[in-house]
Amino acid sequence: MSYALRDSSTMLRRYLLHMRRYPVMTFMVIMIPAVFLLLFVFVLGGTLGAGLGGDRSAYANYVAPGILLLAIAGAGQGTAISVAMDMSEGIIARFKTMAIFRPSVLTGHVLGSVVQTVVGLAIVVAIAIGVGFRPTATPVEWLAATGVLAMVSFAVIWVCLALGLVTKSVEAASNLPMPLLLLPFLGSGFVPTDSMPTAVRLFAQYQPFTPVMETLRGLLLGTAIGNNGILAVAWCAAMTVGGFVWSVKLYNRDPRP
Amino acid sequence: MANHPPLAISTTALRKSYGRKLVLDGIDLDVAAGSVLALLGPNGAGKTTMVQIMSTLIRPDSGRVLVGGHDAIADPGAVRRLIGVTGQNSAVDNLLTGTENLSLMADLMHLSRVEGRRRVVGLLERFELVDAARQPVATYSGGMRRRLDLAMTLVGDPRIIFLDEPTTGLDPRSRRTMWQIIRNLVADGVTILLTTQYLEEADQLADQVALLDHGRIIAQGTPDELKRRIPGGHIRLQFTHLSSLEAAARALGVSTSDTSTSDTDALTLDVPGDGGVRTLRYLLAELDRADIDVAGLSVHTPDLDDVFLTLTGTTEEGALR
Repeated sequence: MSYALRDSSTMLRRYLLHMRRYPVMTFMVIMIPAVFLLLFVFVLGGTLGAGLGGDRSAYANYVAPGILLLAIAGAGQGTAISVAMDMSEGIIARFKTMAIFRPSVLTGHVLGSVVQTVVGLAIVVAIAIGVGFRPTATPVEWLAATGVLAMVSFAVIWVCLALGLVTKSVEAASNLPMPLLLLPFLGSGFVPTDSMPTAVRLFAQYQPFTPVMETLRGLLLGTAIGNNGILAVAWCAAMTVGGFVWSVKLYNRDPRP
Repeated sequence: MANHPPLAISTTALRKSYGRKLVLDGIDLDVAAGSVLALLGPNGAGKTTMVQIMSTLIRPDSGRVLVGGHDAIADPGAVRRLIGVTGQNSAVDNLLTGTENLSLMADLMHLSRVEGRRRVVGLLERFELVDAARQPVATYSGGMRRRLDLAMTLVGDPRIIFLDEPTTGLDPRSRRTMWQIIRNLVADGVTILLTTQYLEEADQLADQVALLDHGRIIAQGTPDELKRRIPGGHIRLQFTHLSSLEAAARALGVSTSDTSTSDTDALTLDVPGDGGVRTLRYLLAELDRADIDVAGLSVHTPDLDDVFLTLTGTTEEGALR
């Protein structure tokens, strides 16, 4: 146990090296949300902005938190793929027969993915500001928003790590987290939930990403947060604990021949 | 038998099955400290499962495993501190360079920066990987990859090493290099348990050989002891006519009715003998005196192949089915 921090940081260094050698994944983490941002602002933004009672730049403000969550879900998909790829390598058997902090393989993956996600989010925010996103946040609110983003990234990545471990193939690992990519759409990410039919609206209001997006919207743009902050923290804590417990259980399974 | 050397590895009544398939059926195995034991058997005999259990990667269904005096099931952490494992699948990180792979091991072994650096440089030199040290492992040849794999196992200076098919898929030259590396480890007093399907490899490297077949150890001993368990060597004579075969059999006092020594279709006759010069000279003189034409002659010394065949009653291919 005493080596938990040291071994986790060793494994983190391993994954940071992987990202440098295999930059495609980091590129994807930035590309998917960037393309959606440009599509929604420049193609759909005029009409959707008018629907909100504003214009294209009003929509750029509205959609930014949804795009950030989309980026996080995309990063989670990347985590699932990379952990599934890693588990197919013989070096994992070597790690399991060494006297190291056993979950360090997992914590290294998660910390590496969080670093990757935070870098991706910073770039996506910069692009959003370039296309008309005008946050009104104070430095404290920026800090809080960063904290919320880090928290939800951590939670989503732990869940995706488990999804990557539970699959037998890399293809399946890339498909399983797909529903997460839909959550910003089936929530308050792209249009207000009031405009949706009842069944969809109920799902949209009670799924985990909506309180997170509402909290971000409140911190960055000054809209009302209400109890969304508490809900966001609760959802993230539940996802983190669930993802962690599930991942460790999956990792400790005996390998099948 | 009075002085038993201390045991590095000992298993008792080890059983493991996957679903309804019984993979290990009560394995008792002892490996003396500082010796080399080769676990020899065809594919599917249970060799890899044995290594996985002894190296704490998986747990047996029942039985006892002691490695370096520690119970591998109750206290795997203590065993992991003593052992090094080079599995059948290459256990290297393909995206990292040779140096980075070795440094990763040094960090995970919790060596100081200076000591880690010293061992990494030493191992790169010892395993002739200096030139490729800064290349990603993905560009390595099979032999280089296997050398790096073993070098990574040695970063922690383990006293007990498991090698699962260390030379499978290597070309003859790389195989010889690997054998030399293993011999050097033995000279340093390291205990080695290796698995192989190559009989020659077990003969070359091992002090003790255990023959594993269908999850059971069917024979164990030194390579020489095992060879002694089967009929001795023979000299095979090849003829062009059945009449000369029969004449030769009469001249040498060998029966042609025993189909295991005489093949009247292939026109071969096996004469028991050790293949020494004296025996050969006598044999040729007798054939010459009887004026018998011999088309060919070959000397057969018993090898572990014969042992396997005799003990299992199957060929390696047969055991696969």
